[in-house]
Formats: sequence, C-alpha cells, structure tokens
Amino acid sequence: MLAVKNLVLERDEKKILKGINLNVCNGEIHVIIGPNGSGKSSLAYMLMGCRDYKPTQGKIFFNDKDITDLGITKRAKRGITLSWQEPARFEGLTVEDYLSLGRENNKAEIEEALRMVNLNPKRYLNRFVDHKLSGGERKRIELASIVVLKPKLAILDEPDSGIDFVSLTDLLDVMIKLKKDTTILLITHREEVAQIADRATLLCDGYIVKDGSPLEVTEYFRDVCKSCPTEKYSEAKLKI
Amino acid sequence: MEEIMEAYKLSGGMPEDLKSEDTASMVVEGNRILKSNVIDGLIIEKKETKTGAKIKIIVEKGKKIKKPVHLCFSILPKEGLQEIISEIVVEENASADIKACCTFPNAQEVKHIMDAKIFLEKNSALTYTETHFHGSFGGIEVVPKSKVVVGENCVFKTNFSLVTGRVGRLDIEYVVDAKKNSVTEILTKVYGKEEDIIKIKEEVRLNGEGARSVIKSRIAVKDNAVSEVLNITEGNAAHVRGHVDCTEIIKDNARAKAIPIVSVKNESAKVTHEAAIGTVDKKGLETLMAHGLEKDKAVDLIIEGLLN
Ligand SMILES: Nc1ncnc2c1ncn2[C@@H]1O[C@H](COP(=O)(O)OP(=O)(O)OP(=O)(O)O)[C@@H](O)[C@H]1O
Ligand SMILES: [Mg+2]
Repeated sequence: MLAVKNLVLERDEKKILKGINLNVCNGEIHVIIGPNGSGKSSLAYMLMGCRDYKPTQGKIFFNDKDITDLGITKRAKRGITLSWQEPARFEGLTVEDYLSLGRENNKAEIEEALRMVNLNPKRYLNRFVDHKLSGGERKRIELASIVVLKPKLAILDEPDSGIDFVSLTDLLDVMIKLKKDTTILLITHREEVAQIADRATLLCDGYIVKDGSPLEVTEYFRDVCKSCPTEKYSEAKLKI
Repeated sequence: MEEIMEAYKLSGGMPEDLKSEDTASMVVEGNRILKSNVIDGLIIEKKETKTGAKIKIIVEKGKKIKKPVHLCFSILPKEGLQEIISEIVVEENASADIKACCTFPNAQEVKHIMDAKIFLEKNSALTYTETHFHGSFGGIEVVPKSKVVVGENCVFKTNFSLVTGRVGRLDIEYVVDAKKNSVTEILTKVYGKEEDIIKIKEEVRLNGEGARSVIKSRIAVKDNAVSEVLNITEGNAAHVRGHVDCTEIIKDNARAKAIPIVSVKNESAKVTHEAAIGTVDKKGLETLMAHGLEKDKAVDLIIEGLLN
C-alpha cells in the first residue's frame, strides 16, 4: 500500500533521514521503533507531506501512485492521515467540530468513537480542543478523530505516550478495531504496544537498521542497539 | 440612475437590492441623495451637504433587520468630491447587516471621504461590509475613518474589500473600543497595482473583560504599489483575546510594510500576531489539512475558532 524508496531528508543542512526504504502492506499494523531523535517523527511528517519535510531525494508511492509531490490535503483526500506526537490545540473548536472535520457530522458515530477511547460523550462533545484538555485527553480525542475518519492509512506517532497504564489495553483494543478498515503505521517506544503489530522496523540515526517481526526487532533493539553509541548505528546498518 | 446601477454592479452590488421595496437602501451620488428606502425597525436621517451628505442610521431597540441594508456611494464624473459624515447606532438587542458599495468607475480626480461613528449598544450585532470599485485610472483618493464602540456582548464584524481595478490612494483608519465580552472582527482585503498607495491603520482596544478581536489583513501589491498596514491591538482587561493576522504578498517593484503592535496590560490577556499566512500555528494548520481540509479553509477555521 505504501512504498517508500530511498528517501532522504535534510533539515538545516543536517541529514535526518538517510535513504529510507519501507513497505507497508494493506491491512497490517506496521510498527516503527527507535531511540529518541532517530527520525521517526520526521518520517511521519514526510509521509504526510508536511511543509518543512519535503524529501531531498527519493519517492513515496501510495497504492502504486507517486505522491511525493502532493501536499497534505491531497494526501489526506487519498486516505492518508497523521496523528501528531504532540497534537495541536484549537481555541474555539469543539470536540464535536473537530471530529466532524472533512466529513458529514454524524453524531452517533462521533459518540461511539469517544466511547471507544473511554471519553464520556456527554462531558466531552462540547468541550474545546484547546489547552484546557490534559495531554492524555487530547491524545484520546486525536485517536477518536482517526476512528471517525476511517482513513486508508493512519500514521500514529506515539499514540500511547501520555496515556495512563490502565488505559493502555483500551488503546490496543482501539487499534485492533481500527485495523479492520485502516492500515496503521505505528510509532511507539513501548515494547508491549509494539507486539500488536504484524511487522516492525527499527530506525536508528536516520537509517533503517532492522526489519522483521515485532519480537525480533524489539529484542534486537534491546540487546544490540541500546548499548551502542550513535555513530555505530551506521555500522549496524552496513551489517544488514 | 441606470448609470449608477451599472457602477453599483461593478462594485459587486446587485441592482435589484436597491430597487426592492422590502429592503432598506440608500443611494448617494456626489452630494445628491437619489434614493432612500426604510423598513420597519430602521430609521434613516439624511441631509445633503455642499460636498456630500450627512447620514444617521438607527437600528431600533430589539429589532433584528433580516435583509441586508444596502448603501451605494458613488461619483460618476471624472472629477469630484464626496464627503460622507455618517453615524450608525445599533440599539440594545438589535442587529443589522449593512452592505455598502462605494463605486467611482470613472475617477480621474476624485476624493471620497467617509467619516463614520458607529455605536453598538448592549447585546447588539452589526456586520458592515464595504466593497469598493475605483475604476482603472487610479486618479482617486479614498479616506475612510471610523470610530467604533462595540458594547457589552456585542458582535461587530467589518469587511473591507477593494480587489478589482485600481486603488489610487487609500487611507483607512479604524479605531475600535471593545467592551466586555464583545467580539470584533476586522477583515481587510486590498489589491494594489501600478502607482497605488495603500495605508491602513486598524486599532482595537480590548477594554472590557473577555472581549475578543481579530484583525485580519490580506494585502497584495504589484508594479510600483506601496502598502503600509499598521495593526494595533491592546489587551487592557482580564481574559481578553486578540489576534492580528496580516499577510502581504508583493510582486515586481512593490513595497509592503506590516507593523503589528500588540500590547497587554493585564496578565490574563492574550494578544498574538502573525505576519504571514503560513505562520498561523503551523501544526494546527497541518492537522486540519491532514483531515482533508484545504489550506485556506483550515486557516479560516483556526481564526473563526478564536472568535467562537
Ligand atoms: N529543524 C531541524 N533542524 C535540524 N535538525 C532537526 C530539525 N528538526 C528535527 N531535527 C533533528 O532530527 C532528528 C530526528 O528528530 P525526530 O523528531 O524525527 O526524532 P524521533 O525519532 O521522533 O524522536 P522521539 O523519539 O524523541 O520522538 C533529531 O536529531 C532532531 O534533533
Ligand atoms: Mg518523535
């Protein structure tokens, strides 16, 4: 469904992604793991078509069509969406408005999505998606927006960060339900969350250093990478 | 009258609106009041002067004027002076939507001065849309000055647009005194060409608790046109919110200057400014776009949200 070919990203003359090749298959949950600063979010922004994340090299294909030069809206219209690691806040926009964006307002669906992320619709529908929401609440609303949007491909950048321990199983449930209609590219730091994926990719220092089952890749990350100074990631890449 | 209707069309108006009996309207050509039609809930006092007209429009207490009130100010000859002294009072709980077309299609040496005082009393609302057409010679000077008092819980929206033909010299000055929990929205769109000179000063004083405002300017200048936009927002009371959003696009030898001045006197007040369209919270914009919205729609939604 999504094919990334030799993608290079430079920002302020610094190479952040250094030749990414990635395939995400239709219907799968594909997890991306990697240390802080390895380029996971940058990859997510680039796949969404964000303004400051235009590739300096490489191509992105979505359902076999080259989308490298398309902007965000056009990519969204083709079925790609992104939920940011730190979602934006909107003064004056209610949860209901937010969950109706880009589509017909279907209240029953919106309420159902809120319940799925464990938010009581009565208490949240009319609240604003502004700074008064806690970080965890905001993340849940973001997830609910993906549920109602039913995109073909959802890029979820750390949907589990800021979500409390007890709710983690709910989050996994949501993703499993979401999976029915939506292919998921999931970025996470939590091993247990990574295990719900069908496939995993390990990103280090702008390189893909390992690809495989979630168990394989998380173990590799734990055993090999965590003790490895950053400069060696490039060498690790050479070993693959 | 036919000629005026043609000119009215050029400035974006629809002649039927000026002819209709159940729509309030007024036509001032030079210093002659050619037509005036009032409807229930509205009082229009008018007087021709040597150089123009003196007008007072009152929207009576509690009256909601549903159909827009149409005003047409014109100078058809190549030369002329028109000075309009106007006062608009929207009484308590009343509301109206005024659409003014200012049309000077043949202007070569024309001067149009508008001196307006606008009062919105408690819980009232006024939308004032002003569309200009100045012809293609650029021989015109237009000086609209407005002093506005936006009362408690009032909503005042003004929309100035001069985007077709030449501008000539434009010198806009708006000063708004915004009371408690009021909403003020000023939108200005001007397209300057050739030797046009655009000067805009819009000032909102958020003096009442919880007052909100947005000053949005969209200016494009090309050829040798010059524009200077001064947007001032003062946050003088608790929990006020103000936003200045000015985008100017320049081409050729044009010059543009944007001077946002934001000041805050209360620690719970928040006044922000953006100097370009792309800088309206980038992440917010991109989030909305990732939900399928076009960029312009996303920008509007973010700003609309602020006034909600
Ligand atoms: N504008 C920029 N200019 C230069 N470097 C940048 C810029 N923005 C991000 N970076 C760098 O790019 C690298 C990748 O950042 P990115 O946010 O993609 O990492 P990440 O893998 O998502 O990290 P985390 O796990 O902390 O979320 C980091 O080293 C970061 O400092
Ligand atoms: Mg990140």
